[in-house]
Amino acid sequence: MAIAQPLLDKKTSERVKSQLETGGFNLAEGAFKWALIGTLVFALLVLTVLVYDVVVDGFPVFSDRLDTFMANPSRTRADETGIFQGLRGTFWIGVFVILLTFPIGIAAAIYLEEYATDNWLTRTININIRNLAGVPSVVYGILGLTIFVGILKGVYGDVALSRGNTTTAGGLTLAALALPVVIITSAEAIRAVPSSLREAAYGVGATKWEVIKSHILPYAAPGILTGTLLSLARALGEAAPLILVGAVQGKLGPRTGFFELQQLGEKFTAMPIVITDMAKQPGSEWQPVTAAAIVVLLLVVLTFNAAAVILRNRFERKRQG
Amino acid sequence: MAVATPQPAGLLSGNSRRRARERVVHIIVAAAALTSILVSIGIVGSLLYRAVEFVAGLADPGAVDLAEARNGIGFSNLWSDKWAPRFFDFDVKTLLVGSLVVTVVAMAVAAPIGLGSAIYLSEYASDRVRKVVKPILEILAGIPSVVLGFFALRWIAPNVVGNVFDGADGQSLLAAGLGVGLLTIPLMASISEDAMRSVPRALRMASAGLGARKRTTTVSVVLPAAVSGLVAAGIVATSRAIGETMVVFLAAGASGNTALFTVNPLERGSTMTAAMASQASGTDGTISELGFGSLFFVGFVLFVITLTLNLIADRFVRRVREVY
Repeated sequence: MAIAQPLLDKKTSERVKSQLETGGFNLAEGAFKWALIGTLVFALLVLTVLVYDVVVDGFPVFSDRLDTFMANPSRTRADETGIFQGLRGTFWIGVFVILLTFPIGIAAAIYLEEYATDNWLTRTININIRNLAGVPSVVYGILGLTIFVGILKGVYGDVALSRGNTTTAGGLTLAALALPVVIITSAEAIRAVPSSLREAAYGVGATKWEVIKSHILPYAAPGILTGTLLSLARALGEAAPLILVGAVQGKLGPRTGFFELQQLGEKFTAMPIVITDMAKQPGSEWQPVTAAAIVVLLLVVLTFNAAAVILRNRFERKRQG
Repeated sequence: MAVATPQPAGLLSGNSRRRARERVVHIIVAAAALTSILVSIGIVGSLLYRAVEFVAGLADPGAVDLAEARNGIGFSNLWSDKWAPRFFDFDVKTLLVGSLVVTVVAMAVAAPIGLGSAIYLSEYASDRVRKVVKPILEILAGIPSVVLGFFALRWIAPNVVGNVFDGADGQSLLAAGLGVGLLTIPLMASISEDAMRSVPRALRMASAGLGARKRTTTVSVVLPAAVSGLVAAGIVATSRAIGETMVVFLAAGASGNTALFTVNPLERGSTMTAAMASQASGTDGTISELGFGSLFFVGFVLFVITLTLNLIADRFVRRVREVY
């Protein structure tokens, strides 16, 4: 068999033989293990030190002027600038992802797992979704720029001088970007529902939708929630597609309130864009502000991410035990 | 018990409201599934349409202001010595080589470190260690790329590249590549670990039963058995590295969407993704329609490359499934 092949080759069997004969501590063995530990420690250390460093860098901004930092719009001076508009944009993008991607993604997963028969259309959709998940985020920006911005130019054309580069266009673009992840993880969660559960429900006369609603979705809920949280975290951290859609880097005009719907037709920015803009500013006084903005974004993104990972691990353990 | 009286077929099919609801739900979920196809059509359609428009514009520049074009307009503009859409220099190889350099540097970091971490977690770590470390790695995988971009620009560039290689501020393809590499480590580690964990325990037992040490088992049994999964992990990570935008946009040092052709990682440069981002971010206000169209052409090339890589990775993943 193919799997056992490596054991049959001469080099390996000689190595095994020499190990049997020498026994005891082996230097190469120990070195190999410690090299592996080294790589893992390096990976964890660099990334956690990076997070730690950013927190330390950004801390003065939080302790000195947390209120103005949160409430001010983008300004040209580092000690006055704030992330209000970035937070607002990121919030609305989140709303788009939650209201569009979650229902559509979960419904698509239900269709693929419960309704679809194995035909060319289903296979096409499946292949298509896997490929969509691998498309670079910047390419989704092209979709947003050509189609969403193009369409919205007509819709909002007279309302604002936005030329279509609106919050709506950004939200729709990232909703499209998050879709494949939601579908793939939800479909996996639904596939993991034991078929005995389904059959029991069908057996007492439930219709397909009743089975899905009262048995499959509740059982698959933790898995689905994990996927939606991961996709939300990813969408909120994306900058590249927003740059293509035309998110404003730098100062942004009118100051619409945080929850006002009017801004859906106005130009926008978002946290990752604000950070990009700050990072590009020359001068060391921008470093703490950038770090502080990064801390805020990390807080949002890593919270969703951590919730997803913890949730999945907890339920995996429960179901196994 | 009495034998059930035969019922007319109409009663067995349930009440009509329930059936109507079933049909509505069916249509809704099917429509949702088709949305994903619409997204794909949208992506491919807009890329193709605008890329073809760009190429057609090269063939027939029409009303383009030729004063800006050094050597006129034609397909020869796709092959010069620099990428500067404003001056109609669309040297594709500058960006392709830039992407290649960044990706090679990134994979030189991510492949050994990601793979090493995966081997340790899968083969050596105790359950307790794995239960703590794996989630941390997965959470770190969620760090947005713009954060790594900032790190690459403000720390890796001056401290690693600037110091070691005596550059001024260190902004270079190397700095960007290192940043992308760090970003890709968790992904590489996670997929590789999954691949190695799916190798049946019996193989390890058999190897240990023959007296092989852990390292022998790992290197000669587990790794070869997991090879298609590991290759897939490498390809997915490569594809992610090619598609990564923000780190390169911030740290590679190309200004105003202009980059000279270079194969030297220590020089400033640009990649396909970064060129698209800087084109769209409007640092170049006076750009012509044709120059702006180059964005879509580059996007199309990028899309084809990553799609090819993902399809190959998919093949490898399926081979793993077939074996077990």
